[in-house]
Amino acid sequence: MDLHVIGPLASPAERAAVDALLGPPESGWRGGQRDARTEGHVARGGHEARSRRDLLIPVLHAIQSRIGWISQPALNYACRRLTVPPAEAYGVASFYALFATTPRPPIVAHVCDDLACALAGAGDVAADLERSVGPAGEPVDGGETTWLRSPCLGLCERAPAMMVTQAGTNPVTFVAGPVDAVGVERRLEPRTGGSTESGPPPIPQRGQPGLRLLARVDVVDPSSLDDYRAQGGFRALARARRIGPQQVIEEVTASGLVGRGGAAFPTGRKWAAVAAQPAEPHYLVCNADESEPGTFKDRVLMEGDPFAVVEAMAIEALAVGATKAYLYIRGEYPLAEARMLGAIAASGEAGLLGDLDIELRRGAGAYICGEETALFESIEGKRGEPRNKPPFPVEVGLFGKPTAINNVETLINVLDIVGSDDGVAAFKAIGTEASAGPKLFCVSGNVGRPGVYEVDFGTTLRELIDLAGGVSGGLTLKAVLLGGAAGVFVGPDALDVPLTFEATRAIGATLGSGVVMIFDETADMVAALTRIARFFRDESCGQCVPCRVGTVRQEELLARLAAGRANGARDDELVLLREIGQAMRDASICGLGQTASSAIESAFRQPQLVAL
Amino acid sequence: MSHDGLSMDRDPAPAPGVPRASEPPGAQPLTDILLRPPARPSRPPAPPPEPERAAVELTIDGVTVTIPAGSTILEACRAQGIDTPTLCYLENLTPVNVCRVCVVEVTGSRVLVPACSRKVEAGMDVKTNSDRVRHSRKMVLEFLGSSVDLSTAPSALGYIERYGADTARYGPADAPSPAGERDRHEAGHHHAPPIDAAQTVEQPVKVDNDLYVRDYSKCILCYKCVEACGEDAQNTFAIAVAGRGFDARISTESAVPLPDSACVYCGNCIGVCPTGALMFKSEHDMRAAGTWDESAQTTTQTICPYCGVGCALDLHVQDNAIVTVTSPLDSSVTDGHLCIKGRFGFQFVQNRGPGPA
Ligand SMILES: Cc1cc2nc3c(=O)[nH]c(=O)nc-3n(C[C@H](O)[C@H](O)[C@H](O)COP(=O)(O)O)c2cc1C
Ligand code: SF4
Ligand code: SF4
Ligand code: SF4
Ligand code: FES
Repeated sequence: MDLHVIGPLASPAERAAVDALLGPPESGWRGGQRDARTEGHVARGGHEARSRRDLLIPVLHAIQSRIGWISQPALNYACRRLTVPPAEAYGVASFYALFATTPRPPIVAHVCDDLACALAGAGDVAADLERSVGPAGEPVDGGETTWLRSPCLGLCERAPAMMVTQAGTNPVTFVAGPVDAVGVERRLEPRTGGSTESGPPPIPQRGQPGLRLLARVDVVDPSSLDDYRAQGGFRALARARRIGPQQVIEEVTASGLVGRGGAAFPTGRKWAAVAAQPAEPHYLVCNADESEPGTFKDRVLMEGDPFAVVEAMAIEALAVGATKAYLYIRGEYPLAEARMLGAIAASGEAGLLGDLDIELRRGAGAYICGEETALFESIEGKRGEPRNKPPFPVEVGLFGKPTAINNVETLINVLDIVGSDDGVAAFKAIGTEASAGPKLFCVSGNVGRPGVYEVDFGTTLRELIDLAGGVSGGLTLKAVLLGGAAGVFVGPDALDVPLTFEATRAIGATLGSGVVMIFDETADMVAALTRIARFFRDESCGQCVPCRVGTVRQEELLARLAAGRANGARDDELVLLREIGQAMRDASICGLGQTASSAIESAFRQPQLVAL
Repeated sequence: MSHDGLSMDRDPAPAPGVPRASEPPGAQPLTDILLRPPARPSRPPAPPPEPERAAVELTIDGVTVTIPAGSTILEACRAQGIDTPTLCYLENLTPVNVCRVCVVEVTGSRVLVPACSRKVEAGMDVKTNSDRVRHSRKMVLEFLGSSVDLSTAPSALGYIERYGADTARYGPADAPSPAGERDRHEAGHHHAPPIDAAQTVEQPVKVDNDLYVRDYSKCILCYKCVEACGEDAQNTFAIAVAGRGFDARISTESAVPLPDSACVYCGNCIGVCPTGALMFKSEHDMRAAGTWDESAQTTTQTICPYCGVGCALDLHVQDNAIVTVTSPLDSSVTDGHLCIKGRFGFQFVQNRGPGPA
């Protein structure tokens, strides 16, 4: 590669941010002091440097959180240090919403205006902020602060929610909710520390007997390894080591566990496929990107029971033969990130992980990076563009090697399955044949007690909503969004559907990532559909034409309908909407484009839902 | 620039169909063979021939087809004479399968698959002309035609015609973006859509050097230029895709002008661009002046005079002046790629002084 770095030099602060992560540069070649005696014509850092491309996103985080944005000189310095062409690094930096490639004030309030927050009045918060602070993105307070609209922050139980990022030598990231405009403004004051305003975990079932996935959340001390062990922690890993990888895979397969990240793929089958691959090394990735609007279960698990995630990862690593594992967590989860870092470190120091190295990688504001192959690209230091499949990750995954990737909730299920001799039988006794075990649902919107609920597969939608306190304010139910923005709207006629993969599929719906968002009779469905269209338009990676342009055309069409300015007859517009949807579903590379019209089309199939 | 046949027929891997490799070996006089040492190969010896690939049998549009394993569906279709549209595919680049105009239906697959990159499998049942296939192809072309200026992309215009794509039904084109605005879009920052217009990528053409222009109003984001500038040919990595979603664009580092970037002006990106978004400045200026006339152009095949590599050149000549230079994709020396000298160093031909009397 012909690395060609041109332009002004990085400022001392920018260099310090990078050096704090990478250590001081070894040579002038890498951006350090020139020394003619030792360097001459020798280029240092060929192979070794190129192999550090995967540090690009951590380095960009370091610059962003120190300076508040990523200038060209800063980018150039990062490129020298990692031997990455500047144009490519710019392509990466400009892909992620939490990275700014144009000047941005150091303190930013990211105000969620996505579905659940909108139901709780986020629209008013934004309108008030526009009046009191100014338009989104406009620097205020002498260029020190600004506010931005954000897609779902995964704080739906505390809607309307916000996240603050404050750049500097002691960068601060914290979340808060519920907030109004005054609350947002108050939190724009500079802080010196204290990373998170954590509310109580949204577990209305806390302490109930019989909980399996949530048993320890808000019960165990999430920062104490001893407490976790006192409550039975690390026994499953010990048993897994005793019975060996083969038996672990057999048990997970026999349990009928399928993935909880959305695609419902049999977990045991995935592990067996990776374990059988001759190519080495094998990698393990825990997908904690959780960015589907309305989803916050993985956050609750990581915040409340982080050692369980570590233990389950160690079991999976044992099963698939991996000694290197990554936990990829979305960039908007500061508390979960801190707790996971603590749990990984404490488990490692206590010698509980054996030869397993777990590395946490922080996302940077891109829903698409939850898609497994986009996630690999992101860990590798690239734009989060999904790969074409086949080949599948079990063969060609992270760094081109066989990779097992699982969702956080999937992993937590493994602990009980592998934890005892009758774990498989106990797991299979719950739920149905095709949907075995317990399931977490993220209940939000116009509901009495929003939060994460653990129920058996097969519980009906009505029972779940009742468990969550029913529609709030005694209002009637208009619709439920099942599965998130990539899911499907169902009406009150679907209340008796059992929540299983097979039963929801039978009515043309989906469980997706476990989102159950309640819309009452007063909810503005047109606003919700418009927000969903906007979400996909903003989150499309832009790689393939059907999704890149289709999501734009879909949003324009909804804007026309919402404004009462249909292009021709309304029915013609609905035909066009279906035609756009069909092409996105059929011809897009990945699940984002393939489901970008799902919820919107489902709403229009039910005339009583949208009066447009 | 004569080539004597000797050097060429010793080339261990003459590309099939390259006219420059001529002269049957048997035609050499004995004295030549005795007195002249064998010519050295003009490029490194080719690897040993690949073992014969097993044949795979599949069905395409109801017809049973046999093709070597490892072929793509596209290759299988072409072998059958089935004309499959492609925009982001080029023989000498790694398939990126992003345009999705080549999609076909494969029985058992939930979604359509890109013919250009999907390998054939035994027993595959492929449909290239089903309703679903035609619908997706038509929509992809409508999406492109309604958002990108395809006026200098004849193949895309042909496909639009063939699939009956109605690029006007999304409404009139929205106002063009001012210069540089699309380059500054931050990922995730929403811009409310216009109500009565279809958004496009239209923006002023970037003219920042004397050799070539970048008119991203014509860019379909096929990634070809990025591949040619990077791993697949030039290894310069001066351009990459930046931004996200509909705001994604081809960009230099921090969107600086080309002269401030890592670009070495090899022009290989121009050579692969399917839409005319990247264009010789000479062609751009002639088009602006209304003097560009492809029908009045002739092509002269020659070899680049600058260095010892011996790249094959096609000189495109109009009114007795060289207007652009390309290299044949199937040239065993260049694979269609050149450097700045071969690509742009032709002005001297037109600027000769009177010379010695
Ligand atoms: C656009 C998109 C976003 C996704 N986001 C997530 C996510 O945030 N978390 C997750 O676990 N899976 C997500 N997935 C699913 C993953 O690709 C993958 O199927 C999953 O991580 C596999 O783990 P599992 O088998 O345990 O569910 C997403 C898929 C798509 C197409
Ligand atoms: S479907 Fe959308 S998100 Fe997925 S690869 Fe295509 S453009 Fe990217
Ligand atoms: S002219 Fe060559 S170096 Fe410059 S952008 Fe194009 S391919 Fe890259
Ligand atoms: S400039 Fe040309 S080659 Fe590059 S992506 Fe756009 S259309 Fe493709
Ligand atoms: S030619 Fe196959 S996707 Fe573009």
